[in-house]
Amino acid sequence: MAGYVPHNEKEKKLMLEAIGIDSIDELFTDIPAEIRLTGDLDLPPAMSEIELVRHMGELSRKNTSTGEKLCFLGAGAYDHYVPSVVKHLVQRSEFYTAYTPYQAEVSQGTLQSIFEFQSMICELTGMDVANASMYDGATAVAEAAIMACRVTGRKRVLVSEAVHPEYRQVLRTYARGLQLMVEEIAAGDGRTSAGELEKTMGQDVGCVIVQNPNFFGIVEDGPSLGEIIHRYKALYIVCADPISLGLLKAPGDYGADIVVGEAQGLGNSLNFGGPYVGFFATRKKYMRKMPGRIVGQTVDREGKRGFVLTIQAREQHIRREKATSNICSNEALCALAATIYLSCLGRQGLRQVAELCLQKARYAYERLTELEGVEPVFTGPFFKEFVIKTKRHPGEVNEYLLQHNIIGGLDLGRFYPRLSGGMLFCVTEARSREDIDYLVDRMGALK
Amino acid sequence: MIPKNLKYSKEHEWVKEENGIVRVGITDYAQEALGDVVFVELPEVGDSFAAGEAFGSVESVKAVSDCYMPVSGTVKTVNEALLESPELVNEDPYGKGWMIEIEPDNKEELEELMSAAEYEEYLATLEEGDE
Amino acid sequence: MTSPLIIELSLPGRSGAKLPVPDVPVKDVASLLPAGMVREEPPNLPEVSEVDVVRHYTRLSSLNYGVDTGFYPLGSCTMKYNPKINEDMAALPGFTGLHPYQPEHLAQGALALMYRLERYLCEIAGMDRFTLQPAAGAHGELTGMMIIKAYHEHRGETQRTKVIIPDSAHGTNPATATMVGCETVTIPSNERGGVDLDALRRAVGEDTAGLMLTNPNTLGLFDENIIEVCRIVHEAGGLVYCDGANMNAIMGMARPGDMGFDVVHLNLHKTFGTPHGGGGPGSGPVGVKEFLVPYLPRPLVDRIMDPTGEEKYVLNYEGKHSIGRVKSFYGNFGVMVKAYAYIRTLGARGLKEASEIAVLNANYQKEKLKHTYKLPYDRTCMHEFVLSAKNLKETGVRTLDIAKRLLDYGFHPGTIYFPLIVEEAMMIEPTETESKETLDRFIEALEKIAQEAAENPELVTGAPHTTPVKRLDDVTAARKPVLRW
Repeated sequence: MAGYVPHNEKEKKLMLEAIGIDSIDELFTDIPAEIRLTGDLDLPPAMSEIELVRHMGELSRKNTSTGEKLCFLGAGAYDHYVPSVVKHLVQRSEFYTAYTPYQAEVSQGTLQSIFEFQSMICELTGMDVANASMYDGATAVAEAAIMACRVTGRKRVLVSEAVHPEYRQVLRTYARGLQLMVEEIAAGDGRTSAGELEKTMGQDVGCVIVQNPNFFGIVEDGPSLGEIIHRYKALYIVCADPISLGLLKAPGDYGADIVVGEAQGLGNSLNFGGPYVGFFATRKKYMRKMPGRIVGQTVDREGKRGFVLTIQAREQHIRREKATSNICSNEALCALAATIYLSCLGRQGLRQVAELCLQKARYAYERLTELEGVEPVFTGPFFKEFVIKTKRHPGEVNEYLLQHNIIGGLDLGRFYPRLSGGMLFCVTEARSREDIDYLVDRMGALK
Repeated sequence: MIPKNLKYSKEHEWVKEENGIVRVGITDYAQEALGDVVFVELPEVGDSFAAGEAFGSVESVKAVSDCYMPVSGTVKTVNEALLESPELVNEDPYGKGWMIEIEPDNKEELEELMSAAEYEEYLATLEEGDE
Repeated sequence: MTSPLIIELSLPGRSGAKLPVPDVPVKDVASLLPAGMVREEPPNLPEVSEVDVVRHYTRLSSLNYGVDTGFYPLGSCTMKYNPKINEDMAALPGFTGLHPYQPEHLAQGALALMYRLERYLCEIAGMDRFTLQPAAGAHGELTGMMIIKAYHEHRGETQRTKVIIPDSAHGTNPATATMVGCETVTIPSNERGGVDLDALRRAVGEDTAGLMLTNPNTLGLFDENIIEVCRIVHEAGGLVYCDGANMNAIMGMARPGDMGFDVVHLNLHKTFGTPHGGGGPGSGPVGVKEFLVPYLPRPLVDRIMDPTGEEKYVLNYEGKHSIGRVKSFYGNFGVMVKAYAYIRTLGARGLKEASEIAVLNANYQKEKLKHTYKLPYDRTCMHEFVLSAKNLKETGVRTLDIAKRLLDYGFHPGTIYFPLIVEEAMMIEPTETESKETLDRFIEALEKIAQEAAENPELVTGAPHTTPVKRLDDVTAARKPVLRW
């Protein structure tokens, strides 16, 4: 048998004797006969390790990895460089084969690293408290809206249409059961419209969600939006790109009440969309309304510092139907990768990565929009992504670029019919000037 | 420990009436059952609740318990000291660990609560049920 | 033996980053960003060298206990061995380097893997289709209950808002019911630990959205009345949700779909050998019967024949009554790769053997330990069993103390104080990958601890004695929270 069972026949027999039965089958007599399977499941035959490696290799080679191409695709999943150190350390099996740290005395590694993660997220976002992580950026947005509505006792949720389309979809899915009303605020020129927001606001709005930099890559006027939101005593939820926070003002410093986002870009691979890792931070006064696991510092019986899961009375295993959320497992290992990434880059390094993204994206934008037939779609200041339009359909453009080994930008028409023809390009620190010049060259050659 | 001068509810709240104001807390039995109290959630002054409605909650590390209004009324004062020092509920449940003071809507509701002797009997029935 | 925080190792100017110098013309940052949006001070992150980072996190890892360290019988968590080869497979660049929005024709291997994994899960659980989007078990529950709610609403039965949950259930069940806007109705378990059929009959009605049930349940027992349970709920117009957290007991033996369940979630990180990562990432796919397929989140992966007769895998976004998305992109793909490799390694017979031995191991330990501790439900168990340490109460030793003392013996304890209906509960799930020698050593340790409780209780209540830190003060942690540096 190809499995991972260590018993030989003699041991099985000894164990059956100890139980006082003759066969393993007798252990399954509680299963009614009419539903007891008699034959084998219809699954492909077992494979040896050699066969598995061959098979998986074949499957993986049917994919074309971004590593084999020049990737200018972003839109919520980013090809930032992952330092080698991160991969080596998260592969330590003392980390990855542990469960949620219920027994604190033998889980200090996980617990302390989560405490460090929470601290770093607080530093980046300008918030007082952060949790151990959420499933991803999208569910973090949805949980933030739920928390804000519970805090304010209100049912209307306003979300900028410049928030990632899939995040808005997840928000709507979560909102339905709790009967929260989700309405969108237009972002006609690529920025969340303050005028539209003002018109739509009311005393019944629980929260307003703004992504910054937004889905189009544009840096929103965070303070002005916050001023409007707070006039109505609604909570201001900012969904932030953590890499950008090396350079951009912490949302807490321009009025955010809850800051969430996707931390994949901090040391996690693209992985075809997952596992990624959401973060969730807020102000101290809302600490006990937060969803998810939280690690706190304490002391042991000898007065030594240690860490434990804390303020658990919010959670499902204690408060059951009154819990702040049903989440328990989150994305601890991805959060560990983010923590190691941020440790490695440090105070100056994160700023450098952010600046590299900013400068390279600007360079690419300027070179591309100098080309005949390539037009900018928006004029607002942007971070690492921008929207352009050509005379050709984005599908055609991308097909042509692929022939030249380039994965091009996202076809915005997919999510925004009015922006049909628009393409969202992303340039991270991992792209060189040469890569960008090559993209510009190929785009120029496309008539 | 069941002070004679107080009245009790089945949800283990005690009440003490003085000059038309009713002070409410949880009993020694309740704090003992909960273990070390780590957080007390209290209502806002001015909130009104019906008898039997939850006005707040008490958390220990592994449990949370709602606190119920023994009588209907409006909250006049909350014990702010508990926000910083929730351990007072354990240390002095009938004294410094009090939770709220209310102005009752209908004083007759107080008559429906148990006396100390009745509460003691009630606790005895709970213990039996346990085994 | 504790470790400083990474921030405490900081030295101004030190860095572990090896970044390129800008190779494009550098503009003034202030000219590129809105005036009020530039950070004045860099965030207070550590300033440490690469070696510092490596040593720090290596040291932290050494303070952890994982399945690779030793026996980890954490009940309801299925902490089986996580095969190393699966880690290698998930780390293939052809998987890790895929962008979720790259064209489908560049991701045919990934889509084929997802398509096949879905087919395998359907076969194992007896369901018609699965969504792979949910990122964890609780996320799967949420998805499944949203589907049940949407089904009733679509049929105009908006009054179906009550979710029936046995008192032995995991806390995520009632928490999930609330998140989908339902109310929980708790029903008691019967004297054999199963669903009390009379209580269930009394609980169902025109307001029943459904029943959430773990089978085998949280006591580690297979509900013998499962067919009748499902029939009662169906006759009342409700649907039946299976929390598949305990699927490790019955692979190849019985299928939730055949029992009468309409919806099930599986935990790839429990049953299918993918590691738990210290609290995720997991993966909680949700399977449904045919009539609920329109309600599943989209996209699903379909296989089509293109005009040239070649097989192609596509993302299908059409779903008439879909509840919508529950996660960005397609779920925790990296975890799916490991579960896929696991299923391909074991095959049908291997999966069945895994369940057989998981159940054998649990019954062996149960029989050996029932003389030392109280066994509240003395019957054949499935892959786990629940003991009570109530019999040691008079020594002053509680279940928590026993758990801590086990750490001194080099074991991870079982799940404690769950399920809530068993006083001083210890839930033990040995899994199939543990040898008889390991099982015996654990039994001996628990017997020894019971003896210590009688002879020298302080030794137990003062445990652990050998861990990197001694027993930690949860009370102060919660009273005066310190949640960051």
